[in-house]
Amino acid sequence: MPLEYDLASGSTRELNKKLHALGIANKVDNICITNPNGAHALAVGLTRPLKVNIKGHVGYYCAGMNQIAEVNIDGNAGPAVAENMMSGYVTVTGNVSHYAGATSHGGTLLVCGDASSRCGISLKGADIIVKGSVGHMSAFMAQTGRMVICGDAGETLGDSIYETQLYVRGSVASLGTDCIQKSMTEKHKNELETLLVSAGITGADAAEFNRFGSARKLYNFKVDNADAY
Amino acid sequence: MPTKKNGDSQINLHELQSRLKESATFPRQVIAEIQRAAETGIYDIRGWGAKRSVPNFDDLLFLGASMSRYPLEGYREKCTTSVTLGDRFASKPIELKIPITVAGMSFGALSGSAKEALGRGATIAGTSTTTGDGGMTPEEREHSELLVYQLLPSRYGMNPDDLRKADAIEIVVGQGAKPGGGGMLLGQKISERVAGMRDLPKGIDQRSACRHPDWTGPDDLAIKIQELREITNWEKPIYIKIGAARPYYDTALAIKAGADVVVLDGMQGGTAATQDVFIEHVGIPTLPALRQSVEALQELDMHRKVQLIVSGGIRSGADVAKALAMGADAVSIGVAALIALGDNSPAFEKEYNSLGTSAGFYDDWHEGRDPSGISTQDEELAARFDPVMGGRRLANYLNVLALETQTLARANGKSHVHNLEPEDLVALTIEASAMAGVPLAGTDWIPGKK
Repeated sequence: MPLEYDLASGSTRELNKKLHALGIANKVDNICITNPNGAHALAVGLTRPLKVNIKGHVGYYCAGMNQIAEVNIDGNAGPAVAENMMSGYVTVTGNVSHYAGATSHGGTLLVCGDASSRCGISLKGADIIVKGSVGHMSAFMAQTGRMVICGDAGETLGDSIYETQLYVRGSVASLGTDCIQKSMTEKHKNELETLLVSAGITGADAAEFNRFGSARKLYNFKVDNADAY
Repeated sequence: MPTKKNGDSQINLHELQSRLKESATFPRQVIAEIQRAAETGIYDIRGWGAKRSVPNFDDLLFLGASMSRYPLEGYREKCTTSVTLGDRFASKPIELKIPITVAGMSFGALSGSAKEALGRGATIAGTSTTTGDGGMTPEEREHSELLVYQLLPSRYGMNPDDLRKADAIEIVVGQGAKPGGGGMLLGQKISERVAGMRDLPKGIDQRSACRHPDWTGPDDLAIKIQELREITNWEKPIYIKIGAARPYYDTALAIKAGADVVVLDGMQGGTAATQDVFIEHVGIPTLPALRQSVEALQELDMHRKVQLIVSGGIRSGADVAKALAMGADAVSIGVAALIALGDNSPAFEKEYNSLGTSAGFYDDWHEGRDPSGISTQDEELAARFDPVMGGRRLANYLNVLALETQTLARANGKSHVHNLEPEDLVALTIEASAMAGVPLAGTDWIPGKK
C-alpha cells in the first residue's frame, strides 16, 4: 500500500519534510499526494529512491533539484518543473508552463502535453522529452543534454546554444542565433530511438525528426560576428 | 634643464610642457581610448571596479566625542564587533565575529588556491567568504568555516548537495560593477576543470546569463526562495544581492520577496571582467545607494530585522565604520581582499611592465596572465601563490579593518560598532551631504531635506 498525503489538510512544509525522511536504505517508498491545488515547491530536493505520484495540478518548481526519485504529476505543472534536476525521472501527464527542466544536469523530464516558452533553458545534461510542442526561446543557451520535441517548436529555438542536441519532429517557427539544422546520422537516429523507446513513445518514428545544434560560430568572441548578437 | 633634439633647434621640455594645453574634453586617456578602439574594433574589457572619482566615504567625517558624548577608553573599554545575519526566517543564522565579509568571487576568475586563501583568511578572522559563478570547490568548502553559496543566473555548478553544504545562500540579482550585466569568462581562462564544473566545452568564451532562468520579478522570486528553503529545511539564511541601480525599490522588493539579508553592491564594486563602459557608466555609487537602502528598511520597519551588507569600494576601517553608522549591518570586500592576498604587488613590477602595465594599475584579470597567480588558471602562475601565506595576509588585513572600526566607534562613545549612527557623521561636500543624508560639516543643512 503506498503512503498517502492529502494537501487539503496538510502543508507543503510538512509534506517535504516527510518526503526527505523517506526512502532510506535503498528501500523504494511509494507515496501518493492528493489535492495539490497548484501548490508551489512540492517534492523538491528529494535525494532518495522514492516513487511520488501527485494527483492534480502543481505550481512552481515541482520536483526542483530532484536527485534519484521518480516523480509523476498527474495533471499540469507550473513554471520550472524539475528545475536543476540532477538525476531521477519526472513525468507530467498534462502541459507545463515556462522554463520546464531549466538548468537540469541529469535525469529525464517527460512532458506528455505541451511545454510553454523557454523549455530546457540553460540545459546542463538532462534529457527533456516533450510529446507535444514547445514555446518560443526553448533550449536558450542550452549547454549539453538532449531535447526531443515530438510536436512543433516556437520562435528562436536554440538561441545561443552550446552542445545540446535538439530533435524536432514538427515545424520550427525559427532558429535562434548560432543554431542550425544538422544532419541526422545513424548514430543520432539510434540515440533518438533509444530516447523514444525509454519514454514509451511508439507513435513517432526517429526518421521523421530533424536535428538541430550549435554552429559554434560564436564560441569565441569575434568582432566580425557582432551583428549576430 | 632637460633638452631634446628636434631637427636643428633645441626644445626646452619644461617650457614646452607649460605651453601645451590639454583638452578637458579630450584628455590623453580619452585620446588613447579612441586610438585603441580604432585599432582593434572592440570595446575595452577589464576587471576591478569603477576607477572614476565619485562621492564616497572619504567625503564624510565622524564628529567624535565631546561635552555631551562620552568616549570609550581605547584598548580598555569593550567595543564589540559581532553580527548575526539571517535570523528573520532561517533556523541557523550566521554569527560573524567582525562585520566584514568576503564577497563572491568565482573559481574560474580566481585560481583554486586563491579561493582557498580567501577561505583561510576569513576563517582566521571569524567571518564568512562567498563562492561565485562556477560553483563551490571542495578546497573552498574545506577551508571556509562559514561559506555563502551563490545562486547566479548562469547556475554553473549549481548542485543541491552543495546547497545543503552551504551556511547561507545568496541569490545574485545584480552586481555593482554591472547592474543588468551577466558574467564573462574568456576562453583563455577556461581550463578543463573550470569547463567541467560549468558543463561547457574547454577554451570557449563563457557568457553567463544576466537574468535568472526560472523566475522573473519579485513575485516569482518569493516562490523561488520558498523552493530553496524547502530544499534546505528552512535552515539557511537567504541573501539577495542587488547592484546599486534603484536601491530603494530593490531593497523593498527583496524584503517583500522574503530575504533574510540584503547585499547591496555599489558601482565601485569589483568584477573579474566587464566592459569598461559598463563599469564606469551604469549604477550609482555606494554612498547614496546605502542611504536609499536603509530608508527602505526603515520605512518597512525591517531595519536590523533584515540585515544589510554593503559593498563597493570598502578599503579601510573608516569606510567600515561610516557604512555601519549610515545603517549597514556589515560590509563586504572584494578588490581589497585580492590586494591583501598580494594582487598588484610591487614585487612583480617587472612582469607587470612586460604586460604593458604597472603594479597598482593591473586590471586585466580576464586575460589569465596575473603575475601574482591570483586571477589565473595557468598552473605555473597559480603555483607562485601560497594559500597559507595569502590567508594570513587577508586575516591581518581584516583584523586591521576591525581594529580601525573599533577605534572610531570608541571615539564616538559606542560600545558596539552597530551603535554608530548617522548623527555621528558630517559631510565635507554638498554632494556627499545630499547623497548620504548627513549635514554638511559646520551646518545643520542636508540638501533636499527640510
